[in-house]
Amino acid sequence: MTETAPILEVLDLRTHFFTQDGVTRAVDGVSFSLAPGETLGIVGESGCGKSVTALSILRLLPPKLSRIVGGRVVFEGTDLLTLHEPAMREIRGNRIAMIFQEPMTSLNPVLTIGEQIAEAVRIHQGASRKEALARAVEMLKLVRIPDAERRVGDYPHQFSGGMRQRVMIAMALSCNPKLLLADEPTTALDVTVQKQILRLMLELKERIGSAVILITHDLGVIAETAKRVVVMYAGRVVEQAEVTALFDAPLHPYTRGLMASIPRLKHNRTRRLAEIPGIVPDLRTPIPGCAFAPRCPLATDRCREAAPSLDDHGGGHFAACWEAGRA
Amino acid sequence: MTPVLEVDRLVKHFPILRGILRRPVAWVRAVDGVSFAIAPGETLCLVGESGCGKSTVARLVLRLDEPTGGAIRLDGTDVTGLDEREFAPFRRRVQMVFQDPYASLNPRLKVGQIVGEPLENYEGLRGKALEERVAGLLAKVGLRPEGVGRYPFEFSGGQRQRIGLARALALNPKLIVADEPVSALDVSVQAQVLNLMMDLQEEFGLAYLFVSHDLAVVEHIGHRIAVMYLGEIVEIGPKQVVLDEPKHPYTRALVAAAPIPDPRAKRDTLVLEGDVPSPLNPPAGCRFHTRCPFVMDRCREETPRLREVSPGRQAACHLLEA
Repeated sequence: MTETAPILEVLDLRTHFFTQDGVTRAVDGVSFSLAPGETLGIVGESGCGKSVTALSILRLLPPKLSRIVGGRVVFEGTDLLTLHEPAMREIRGNRIAMIFQEPMTSLNPVLTIGEQIAEAVRIHQGASRKEALARAVEMLKLVRIPDAERRVGDYPHQFSGGMRQRVMIAMALSCNPKLLLADEPTTALDVTVQKQILRLMLELKERIGSAVILITHDLGVIAETAKRVVVMYAGRVVEQAEVTALFDAPLHPYTRGLMASIPRLKHNRTRRLAEIPGIVPDLRTPIPGCAFAPRCPLATDRCREAAPSLDDHGGGHFAACWEAGRA
Repeated sequence: MTPVLEVDRLVKHFPILRGILRRPVAWVRAVDGVSFAIAPGETLCLVGESGCGKSTVARLVLRLDEPTGGAIRLDGTDVTGLDEREFAPFRRRVQMVFQDPYASLNPRLKVGQIVGEPLENYEGLRGKALEERVAGLLAKVGLRPEGVGRYPFEFSGGQRQRIGLARALALNPKLIVADEPVSALDVSVQAQVLNLMMDLQEEFGLAYLFVSHDLAVVEHIGHRIAVMYLGEIVEIGPKQVVLDEPKHPYTRALVAAAPIPDPRAKRDTLVLEGDVPSPLNPPAGCRFHTRCPFVMDRCREETPRLREVSPGRQAACHLLEA
């Protein structure tokens, strides 16, 4: 980790959903921090709370259904959770931008690409209509959309999936954000296009100097892009480490299980894949101990009774496990 | 040995209809001359990116769509011209498992009815005999017998895929066509289902036509791999040779693009530019020429044919002609 002050610090974040069937603890005490310009990967399976964490940072969750019930989100020294909505709007799309999984549903189908990119520039940077449109063309060139001057007047449906995700990146980076949240940005794309988009995103992030939080379920994408990784399970952080340390020697049994269960190309030719038995817990029931205990091969009574804290096991490799390092 | 499935120059063109007379104004060439065979007990994987026609091939084999041309032979019999009644005896030999375990099970039927339905229809089983067979099938796929009385929504995604497998197994098929059966599942659950499919293959001597976009999954479960691009097979052969030493530039690009879950891994730097062109007007010559880093003049004009490039492996590329 770097010595400079973090650009983002998430401290004991708790986000709950209030449904007819009870309270779902989607994010249950998540903490991590991010240095300026750093790429942090958040990895976990469906329902682990990785997307809700991102949406909580930007306060984009539906207010009637959900509430951030605790914690702090300190961005450039300010706790975003204390800001009024107008102040928050100044930050969204400007200092912090977000890219979503499905570019078709996150673009407005009745506005041209140019108008959508220009909107953010006009609102946040006070640019005139003409200046903003020129900026849109510039951004489209930056994300290598051929024939940008003409395509700026096209509608989202006239672009392919990969091109739309380029447009999303152009839009997100148009105000030179300090932090970019990318939630499964390439999951809807084909692999050959995924590779182009990930490269482009990392290259532009370097140029603009933004920090990136990349959220994904794909350990391969994490290994190829992130510098540091947060592993989430059932709304909690179970492990956090530098990417090489994590892949060389995962400490948490969940991370180990996850890594053993993925088929690897040209790697393991074993007949069977390791399985993680069972399924993820229901987050409507409070879990007093470790959330992974019911599926964990190392679980003891202590694991079922008390939740382990996220401790440093040396060299900035954190794990929340009573038995970390055993076996 | 007669292949369980043989597909010969299979073609499927979908019309684009316009105007009040619904005349076709263009054709989507989803599958354009695909041939392969699957031996009993073998897994052939069809891989490729969206729009390459891999799912259409699966649907044609299942007779969910009628082919525009070519032949589908099951155990040596051409079934392409058969009507539904003539096809019925073949139907039980070929079963299917779909991608979305939430959409492919009837939400209003109990699991016992879902798994038992093919047995009632084809074997006329009723009552106790039916119950026993269903319980046996559920046990085979690792579900508890109590599951019989529950509805699909009460199960997780992985368990639903097990239900789908139990239903597919009910009639002792020789071939199961599985279209992206694990893509909707989380990796830890994906491993459970892949292991189960391999166990079932061993126990029942099943053959699989396994459609997937995920090369790592395919390498794990497959015996042979066919790589498709814009409706055509560009390379086909035993999985090890195809994935370790891909001959076709597209196969190489696919392998290079698969993210490797190891930050220390050496990576092939080959990156393809652009997107897959529309199958509506596939490029002339080699269909891959618009994205191929090694394109030559000849590729733009002349369509390469599949030819044997190493024992048991064929590829369609002008570069490979000695």
